[in-house]
Amino acid sequence: MVAAIKQPGWIRGLLGAILAAAFGVGLVVVLRDISGLPIWQTEQTGYPHVVVPLITGPLGFLAGFGCFDYWLRWAAGMPTIPEDHSQHGAKSWKDYFHFNTDHKVIGIQYICTTFFFFFVGGLMAMLIRAELAQPGTQIVDAATYNSLFSTHAVLMIFVFVIPVFAGIANYVLPLMIGAPDMAFPRLNALSFWMLPLAGLLFIGSFLAPGGAFDAGWTGYAPLSTGAPLGQSFFNLGVQFAGASSIATALNFLVTIITMRAPGMTFWRMPLLVWANLSTSLLVVAATPFIAGAQFMVLFDRVLGTQFFQFAGGGDVISYQHIFWFYSHPAVYIMMLPGFGIISEVISTHARKPIFGYRLMALALIGIVVLSYSVWAHHMFVAGMFSWLRVPMMITTLLIAVPTGIKIFSWLGTLYFGKIHTYSTAMLFALAFIVTFTIGGISGVMLGMVPIDIHVSDTYFIVAHIHFVLFGGSVFTIFAGIYHWFPKITGRMYDEKLGRVHFWGTLVGTWGTFIPMHWIGMDGMPRRVADYATQFGNWNLLISCCAFFLGACQLVFLYNMVVSWRFGPRAVANPWRANSIEWQVSSPPPIYNFDEIPRVVGGPYEYGVPGARHAIMAGEGAEVAKPEPAVVGQT
Amino acid sequence: MYGRLPIAKMLAATVALTAAISAVMLSINWDGQEASTAAPKIDDLLNVMIVLSAFVFSLVMVMLFYALWKFKAKPGDESDGEPIHGNTRLEIAWTLIPTIIVLFGAGYSWSVLNDIEEPAKNALTVDVFSQQYAWSFGYPGKGNAYVQGELHVPVNRQVQFKMHSQDVIHSFWVPEWRIKKDNVPGITTTATVTPDKVGTYQLICTELCGFGHASMRAKVVVEPPADFRKWVAGLKEKVPAPYMESIRQDTETNPVEPLGAGGA
Repeated sequence: MVAAIKQPGWIRGLLGAILAAAFGVGLVVVLRDISGLPIWQTEQTGYPHVVVPLITGPLGFLAGFGCFDYWLRWAAGMPTIPEDHSQHGAKSWKDYFHFNTDHKVIGIQYICTTFFFFFVGGLMAMLIRAELAQPGTQIVDAATYNSLFSTHAVLMIFVFVIPVFAGIANYVLPLMIGAPDMAFPRLNALSFWMLPLAGLLFIGSFLAPGGAFDAGWTGYAPLSTGAPLGQSFFNLGVQFAGASSIATALNFLVTIITMRAPGMTFWRMPLLVWANLSTSLLVVAATPFIAGAQFMVLFDRVLGTQFFQFAGGGDVISYQHIFWFYSHPAVYIMMLPGFGIISEVISTHARKPIFGYRLMALALIGIVVLSYSVWAHHMFVAGMFSWLRVPMMITTLLIAVPTGIKIFSWLGTLYFGKIHTYSTAMLFALAFIVTFTIGGISGVMLGMVPIDIHVSDTYFIVAHIHFVLFGGSVFTIFAGIYHWFPKITGRMYDEKLGRVHFWGTLVGTWGTFIPMHWIGMDGMPRRVADYATQFGNWNLLISCCAFFLGACQLVFLYNMVVSWRFGPRAVANPWRANSIEWQVSSPPPIYNFDEIPRVVGGPYEYGVPGARHAIMAGEGAEVAKPEPAVVGQT
Repeated sequence: MYGRLPIAKMLAATVALTAAISAVMLSINWDGQEASTAAPKIDDLLNVMIVLSAFVFSLVMVMLFYALWKFKAKPGDESDGEPIHGNTRLEIAWTLIPTIIVLFGAGYSWSVLNDIEEPAKNALTVDVFSQQYAWSFGYPGKGNAYVQGELHVPVNRQVQFKMHSQDVIHSFWVPEWRIKKDNVPGITTTATVTPDKVGTYQLICTELCGFGHASMRAKVVVEPPADFRKWVAGLKEKVPAPYMESIRQDTETNPVEPLGAGGA
């Protein structure tokens, strides 16, 4: 028992969480006593006895679990436990439930955890659609409904879409650039373990008195500053998800910049690497803004600050500026890695070099730069300075240009190729082009101030965000999962079930989200549990399609679980792809490479006679040395 | 190499598809009834965008499905495609043409925006008060006459709404007018609208404001000026003192003037 407590792991982690939470409560009690306040709180929304333990408890868990062991020993001058590399690789499923510094294990941990939250958030969507199937209130009351859609959005955004991309990239990106691991493996593991804590805080808010947070995922002040305790769970969950995201982004930046294999110049990086470089640039600079905004809301709630209290001299609209200064770049954080996945999948399955590779990479950077200058398009009717609307409209519309470049370049890639559509990954990639084009078009319309004034905060917005986030991001996630499934698991998935999942998801997505455009323009506001009877038939149709869409995801789940366990063994390179991760076994060896590969050409040289992307260990004899990296050479 | 593609036929297919999609889309009245001078202008902008969007969508569809039809690998064909890395002229084209389209859209939107927010000299000012979960209205030109839950305005006269919130953010939306504006605690926001059809409409709160958000509605009556004068003269209540206080305290951060005409 004592050994179990000393050993980093679940027992010490839970013990750490309990002790740290108790310390948090004690701290509040002592501080209140010293300050002459009643020991137990009487304020309506502050709940310091809950909020402080919600900060210390998760930190205590992380410390007990072993996330800080190495650093603490090092910092205290104690002998660090030598790296015996026993933390690398996973021999059984149990190894995924331990602190592990192997990027491949962490990648799988990320993907499985985020998909767990995807299904929880999806169940909430089903409840939302059940309530909306008919006008009036049937399943949940209005307050619970508000909690449901808020939690649905928060789970999907903060603990599914953003981190699942980090998970996919965690697995494949070091392999793609020929690195043995990420630059900071321990930081990588810490980043992962903060994520389930964030998810638990979001879901745990349902246990709070007053119910789960219900001010929407946007949490606009002053609705959020005056909301019941659940809102603090959101404020804090965002901190853990955000810290996880920032640390991962730093890790990606350093990994991409410093750990590329010899010969892999920037212009020889696969576009997935470019995409994650761009995304990480967005995350490190933008995410601190939402962390700050949520801390300010938390301080208004708990400490009595007045950041967003107009009565105390605060400014209500500044919340929205700070929030959207993160949350608009966030939509690109949720999209650029997907762009990278689509480039890999389309190039591989069309057997063609990416059309206009450099412009594709530059378009990513263009989106990064522009995305910082468009945030106020979420606020055209918010009552901000009206002069800000036109410049923000112009930058918003201009961002369609680099996005259009990507769409047309993917289409160009298909021409004169040999398009294989047997892979579900390719089907999702092709369908993504169509659905994302529609989402992009409605985005351009929303960017126009006069149209936005009419449809802002209506179901048109709900339709747009789901077309770009579900029809866009989630389609790319599915494409990526199917594409790298053989590499990650060493097994092949069932293409027939994949096809069922694909067609069901495509039809379900269109059936669910297309009619939402119409009812929004016709006068149905969003975030309502009840609505005018004239929208009843459309909503019934939408709900039926949504249930169908939800059911199709069970096919995916079944396919993944059963194929992982029983699927036929995968060869190293089932798609005959060029990039480096496919040149090692499936799944890759523990340290990825016996010898770091040498990169001698671009990543997409399909059809170029004699072209190579990389020379792997043991086959270097016929090629004397890597070609010098010449600027201007693709 | 693009000579090998039937460019003319593909363009013709794109145009035909654009025409077909546009014909269907334009035959439907998406936004519902038009009941303000702004509504037809916004709907025209929407219709122009629908045609442009139909073109972009058709272009993508034609390009995609032609490629899928023409360049699909035969079963068992393991060979690679042709090693084409790009085409500078084509890449410039699909950078420049969308830029021109969106800049045109921006210019057009800007002119519509200026148009619908152009202040008129004889505008009627109406105070809008919002509070969880009810609307009420004051008429400062009529001795601060006050009414709850029912907004009356004369037809064919510009109305300047001065909006005030007592608690959280609400949003003022009358779909038939195509006008929406948040009511923000601590500041006065302004919306301009000229109703041009007599009738009864609904004012909808579109900013999440709590559990009663879905039911936060008010009746809107647009009536001939004579009826309006009679109705407003019949109002007994005056704007309550706390609301008057909020009018005085709120700061005006939302000048009506568009960029260039006053601006920051």
